[in-house]
Amino acid sequence: MGGEGSMVAQALTDLWYGFGVALEPHNIVFCFIGVLVGNMVGVLPGMGPLATISILLPLTFGIKPVGAILMLAGVMYGAQYGGAICSILLNLPCHPPHAVTCLDGYPMTKQGRGGVALGVTVFSSFVGASWGITEMIFLAPVLVRVAMEFGPAEICSLMLLGLLAGSTLARGSPVKGVAMTVLGLMLGIVGTDIETGSERFTFGLTHLDDGIELIALALGLFGIAEFMNSVNQISTINAQYTNVRLRDLRPSKDDMKRTIGPMIRGTLVGSLCSLIPGTGPTIASFVAYATEKKISKHPEKFGTGLIEGVVAPETSTHSSVQGDFIPTMSLGIPGDAVMALLLGALMIQGIVPGPQLIKEHPDIFWGLVASFWIGNIMLVILNVPLIGLWVKLLTIPYKYLYPSAMFFVCIGVYAANNDMFQVGETAVIGFIGYVLLRLGFHPAPILLGFVLGPRFEENFRRAMLISRGDLLVFLERPISAVFIGLCLLLIGLQVYVRIRPKKKEVGATPTIFESTAGTAAE
Amino acid sequence: MMFFGLVMALKGPAYRLGTLMHMGPGFLPTALGALLICLGIGIAAAAIPVPEGEDENLLPEHREWFAWACILCSPLAFMLFGSFFGLAPGTFACVFVAALGDRQMTLKNAIILSLIITVFGVGLFSYILQVPMPVFTWRGL
Repeated sequence: MGGEGSMVAQALTDLWYGFGVALEPHNIVFCFIGVLVGNMVGVLPGMGPLATISILLPLTFGIKPVGAILMLAGVMYGAQYGGAICSILLNLPCHPPHAVTCLDGYPMTKQGRGGVALGVTVFSSFVGASWGITEMIFLAPVLVRVAMEFGPAEICSLMLLGLLAGSTLARGSPVKGVAMTVLGLMLGIVGTDIETGSERFTFGLTHLDDGIELIALALGLFGIAEFMNSVNQISTINAQYTNVRLRDLRPSKDDMKRTIGPMIRGTLVGSLCSLIPGTGPTIASFVAYATEKKISKHPEKFGTGLIEGVVAPETSTHSSVQGDFIPTMSLGIPGDAVMALLLGALMIQGIVPGPQLIKEHPDIFWGLVASFWIGNIMLVILNVPLIGLWVKLLTIPYKYLYPSAMFFVCIGVYAANNDMFQVGETAVIGFIGYVLLRLGFHPAPILLGFVLGPRFEENFRRAMLISRGDLLVFLERPISAVFIGLCLLLIGLQVYVRIRPKKKEVGATPTIFESTAGTAAE
Repeated sequence: MMFFGLVMALKGPAYRLGTLMHMGPGFLPTALGALLICLGIGIAAAAIPVPEGEDENLLPEHREWFAWACILCSPLAFMLFGSFFGLAPGTFACVFVAALGDRQMTLKNAIILSLIITVFGVGLFSYILQVPMPVFTWRGL
C-alpha cells in the first residue's frame, strides 16, 4: 500500500473486478429490473422509492446478496430519473428531491420546451451520477482504511453523529427528528437481548421474540401510512403537456452551452452534500438551485423556465444520491432512510455492514459500484427512446395503483417469514406512522434508528466493558472525541439557527428548508 | 401535540431491568426512555405557545375516515381470508377492500381490479416465487 499511484491502480483493478461481477448475466438482469421498476415508481405520483424498496425487499431473499443489493440500489437511483419527468411535465413534486426542478422545469414545459428540459436532465443526471460514482471508487477505500482502526467507542460516537445528523438536518423540526430517531432505537430493542437472552418489550407475544421485522416497519411507515396520506388527495392528472416525442428531447447548441456551467457546479454541490451525513439529495438540489440563482447574471429570470434552473438541481441530486452510498457502504452508517433500508437488506442477507465489508465481500461493493454505471447507462437508454412510455405511465390513476400496492405490501410481509402476525404488525405500524405523519413527525429517522439501534447498543456495551463502565472513554480517545465534538457542534448550530431567525426574518436557506419540510411526504 | 409528549413520558418509566452500567439489558432502554421523556417535554413545551384553536392541523382538511378505515382493514382482510381460505381469496379481499377507499372507484372496477391482481399475484407468488401458502384452502371457522 505505497503511494498515491498504487492506490489508484488498486482501485482500478478492483473496479475491473466489479465490472466482472456486475456483468454476470443474472446480475445484469437484476440491475435492469431494479432501474426499470425504480424509473416506473419515480414517474408515478404517490409511490416513493422507499415504499418500492420495502415491497421488493422480501422478493430478494431468494436471490444472492449481490443481485439483491444491485436491484434495490437500482430502484433507488432509477426513481431519481423518473421523478424528474413528473416534476417537469406535470409540476408535481412527487419526490422531494425534484420539488425544486418544478420551478423552472414546468415553465419550460409550458413554453413547449419540456422535451428539451427532459433531455438535458437525463444527460446532466448521468454526468452527476458518474461523478458520484468516481468519488465512491476513490474515497470509500480511504475511509475504510481509517475506519479499520476504530474500536467500539469510535464506532459508537460515529453512529451517534450519523443518527444526529440524519435526524436533525433532514427535514422538519430537528427536535421531532431526534425524537423519532430515539423511537426507532427503541423499536430496535424489542425482542430477545443478544447478550443476556432476556426478552425485552415483547409484551408476552412470542411473535415479537425476534424483534420487529424491518420489512414490517418499512412497509408500515412508508407503504400504509403513505397510502393513507395520499388516498383521495391526488387529483386527476392534467395531461395537457405530456405529449413528448423523441426528437423534442434534443437540446440546441445554445442550450448545451448554458448547461455546462450549472452541471459542474451542481455536481460539486451534490458531492459536498453527500459527504455530510444527513444531507441527502433533497437538500443538495435546493442548495444547487440557490447557488445557481446567486451566481447568475439575471437571477430574476429564474422561475420562468431557465434551463440552468433545471440542470443544476438535477445534477446535484444524482451526484449526491450516488455519493450517499459512500458512508453507507464503507462505514456502515446510513445517511438517510433509503440507505438504512439498503443496509437492512444486507443485514437480512447475513452481511454485517461496516468497514470490513469491502474486504470481506468485495463482490458486493465493487459489483455495486460497477452496476451504478451500468444502471445509469441503462437509464439513459430507457429514458431517451422510451420517454413517451413513461409519460403514458403518468396517466395511471392512483385508484388502481394503491390497492395493488396494498396487496404487495401484505404478501411481501407475509412471505418474509411466512407469518400472518406480521401483516397485522404492519397495519398497526402503518396506523401509528400515519398519526405521526399528521403530527408533523417524519417517520424516516425511525428507520435510521431502527437499523442502527442494535449495533449501537452492542458497541456501546462493548465500549463500556472495555473501559470498565467509564463514560469518559468517549472523550479520551481522540477520534471518538472529534465525533462527539461534531455532534455538539451540530446541536449548537441547530439551536443557533432556531434562535436567529427571530431577529432577522430573511435567510434564504432556512426558508427553503421549511418549504422542503412542507412538500416532503416521501 | 401535548398528548404525544405525554404518551412518550408515560412510556419511559415502564422500562424494566434498568440496571446500571455493567451490561444490564435494560440500561440502554432506560437511558433512551429518559431521553425520550425530555424530548417529549421539549416538544410539548414548544407546542404550548400555539393558541388552542390551531389544533385543527391534527386532521387534514379532507377527512377520509372511510378511506383510512379501508386501507387499515385491507391487511386485516388479507390476514383473515388468507389464513382461513388461502392466498387467492385473501388477495381478492385485500385489494377489494383497499380499492373501496377511493372515491372515484366503482364497485365494478374494484372487482375487476381485484380479479386481475389476484390472478397476477397468485401466478407470481405461488407459482414463480413458491411462497408456501395454499392458493385455496378451507380451514373452517
